[in-house]
Amino acid sequence: MSVVAVKSAATGFYAARFADLRTRLPGHGLAWLDAARERALRAFEQLGFPTTRDEAWKYSNLALLERRQYAPVSVAAPADPALVVPHDVCGGYLLVFINGQFSAPLSRLPQGTHIGSLGQALQQNPGALRGDIENAPLTHGVAALSVALFADGASIQLAAGTQFSAPIHLLFLSTHADCMISPLNVIVLGEGSTATVIEHYAGVAELPYWSNASTRIRLQANATLEHINVLQESAKAYHTGSITVDQASGSRYNSHSIALGGLFGRKDIGVRLAAEQAQCSLNGLYVTTGREHIDFHTCVDHLVAHGTSREFFKGVLSGASRAVFNGKVVVHPDAQQTDAQQSNKNLLLSEDAEIDTKPQLEIFADDVKCSHGATIGQLDESHVFYLRARGLSEQAARNVLTYAFCEDIIAQLPVEPLRKHLNQALLARLPDGDRLTELI
Amino acid sequence: MLEISNLHAKVDGKDILRGLSLSVKTGEVHAIMGPNGSGKSTLANVIAGRPGYEVTAGSITYLGKDLLALEAEQRAREGIFLGFQYPVEIPGVSNIYLLKAAVNAVRKHRGEQELDAIDFLALVREKVKIMQMNEQMLYRAVNEGFSGGEKKRNEILQMLMLEPKLAVLDETDSGLDIDALKVVAEGVNRLRAPDRAIVLVTHYQRLLNYIEPDYVHVLAKGRIARSGGKELAQELETRGYGWIETEAAAQRSGAMT
Repeated sequence: MSVVAVKSAATGFYAARFADLRTRLPGHGLAWLDAARERALRAFEQLGFPTTRDEAWKYSNLALLERRQYAPVSVAAPADPALVVPHDVCGGYLLVFINGQFSAPLSRLPQGTHIGSLGQALQQNPGALRGDIENAPLTHGVAALSVALFADGASIQLAAGTQFSAPIHLLFLSTHADCMISPLNVIVLGEGSTATVIEHYAGVAELPYWSNASTRIRLQANATLEHINVLQESAKAYHTGSITVDQASGSRYNSHSIALGGLFGRKDIGVRLAAEQAQCSLNGLYVTTGREHIDFHTCVDHLVAHGTSREFFKGVLSGASRAVFNGKVVVHPDAQQTDAQQSNKNLLLSEDAEIDTKPQLEIFADDVKCSHGATIGQLDESHVFYLRARGLSEQAARNVLTYAFCEDIIAQLPVEPLRKHLNQALLARLPDGDRLTELI
Repeated sequence: MLEISNLHAKVDGKDILRGLSLSVKTGEVHAIMGPNGSGKSTLANVIAGRPGYEVTAGSITYLGKDLLALEAEQRAREGIFLGFQYPVEIPGVSNIYLLKAAVNAVRKHRGEQELDAIDFLALVREKVKIMQMNEQMLYRAVNEGFSGGEKKRNEILQMLMLEPKLAVLDETDSGLDIDALKVVAEGVNRLRAPDRAIVLVTHYQRLLNYIEPDYVHVLAKGRIARSGGKELAQELETRGYGWIETEAAAQRSGAMT
């Protein structure tokens, strides 16, 4: 029996764009890279856009994205600092990408380190990137498309023992309608090194565009990465993104995903604990309104013994918005003494909002400590009354309690000015929430 | 100040208050006592406007206004304070924020300017001292991880900040050791003033050793079965509630024949 791939119009469209663009993409001419792009494109052609018939996409429908064709071209934008100012909220170092293109004049880079744009890194030292780009996972069609078409991204390569205390802020700004940006970020932390990286997607209000990102992270022994993922996309934007992490022994990966905007968002986060004593924590917060849709699919693979994973996602849904949480923890046969906890808590503020949550444990080892759970609820009316009995209006009481529900996720972000910015962004999503700014 | 007349109220479809009448004038302290299930807490919550407490008949007039027409927050802004029997824990909201939001909501309602940060802090510090609380507690989440006694002190701290005209304290003495009870009583006594009134809801006479009431009322089966002075509380302490319930039942059957 043979399987005949039926190409959709969209698959053909992007394949044709790839043919047009390929010679202009960064690193063209490097045989291994050209081959990696070709492979990714073929995977995309074969897999196509995911449909709701795929189990992993059951609740997240890309039909509208597929129908609307986005131009995978980098549109140059003037290096206007005013564009960046409202989003320059982390202090520290800053790498700005406008419509997918690195903007050196708007960025603040540390001297004498291997932190910069992937395009430049491919010119300077392509060999160092080869393994990571070749192994970028092609989990589904759009992830494969992102790898095939990547036009730039960040490259962070820290030497062993480097302690980076200032945060490294990767800011992806979209200012052009109907574009697809395909960043590929490669982050490699050498033995014992530490860094805080913020991967931040933002767009000009009401602009329809598609961010299709891939981030590849590798932590060598005893390295620690704080990785903060912020989605503040425009109200008409699609975001699809994959993050894959490989951890060596004793390394720590702390991930914080904060979704506060975008018509449609889907993040796949895959972590492989491939050596002993590796630890990861995946935290997340999504606050959706209107008709927004957000989908977090996470998978933690415990491959060897003595690994620890923690996962804690919270969601607040209002309007007719919808969220999907699918958190999978797989404890492989050799992963004895695994310690895994997972929890997803949701607050539904309206009747039309919907959450589909599926914490999932697959355990193939017998000596493990694992727990998982999910809750879906409304605000506690006794709490609302307590605040009203102190003179707060009902709406203010509800906002205070909603904010309080989210607070512990944001409180864990290790970048103080970013916490402040996100708290404000969070309050702005609540009705009359801006009146509560003294909360923070 | 507060006129309750023939009040009937239901909770979860069950009749709890059945024709309660009570008159509280400014400057007075009233103690509402009674056995469990007699309707004490229901009365406190009905006065504060808690949703789910359905008034089916009767009226409450507060400072000449129809209290039952006001939302809970409007009642609070008009000077009614409910001290909760079970103060709730609110993770993520600091005490100082709640105090500021509450004080400013009341001030705004009265047409006064919001307190600036310095004046506010000075005021809070003064009240914290009265309640013998640790200032650090201001920056902790509301009631989170507080002991029973700390929660009740915190209620009285809020009351001192809000300076209500009518304070209704629901079982504020429950779960307090003797030292905390004295501190709480001291806080309440400081609020006593000719232009305010206090209603203490309590199961035990103990609190009344420290806050001397002008009137004591005993509730049985949703109405006031007996009223008297503070000596009534002492009588209850020695005789219990049984005789009042028996008396109330006898009166009721007498009234029927």
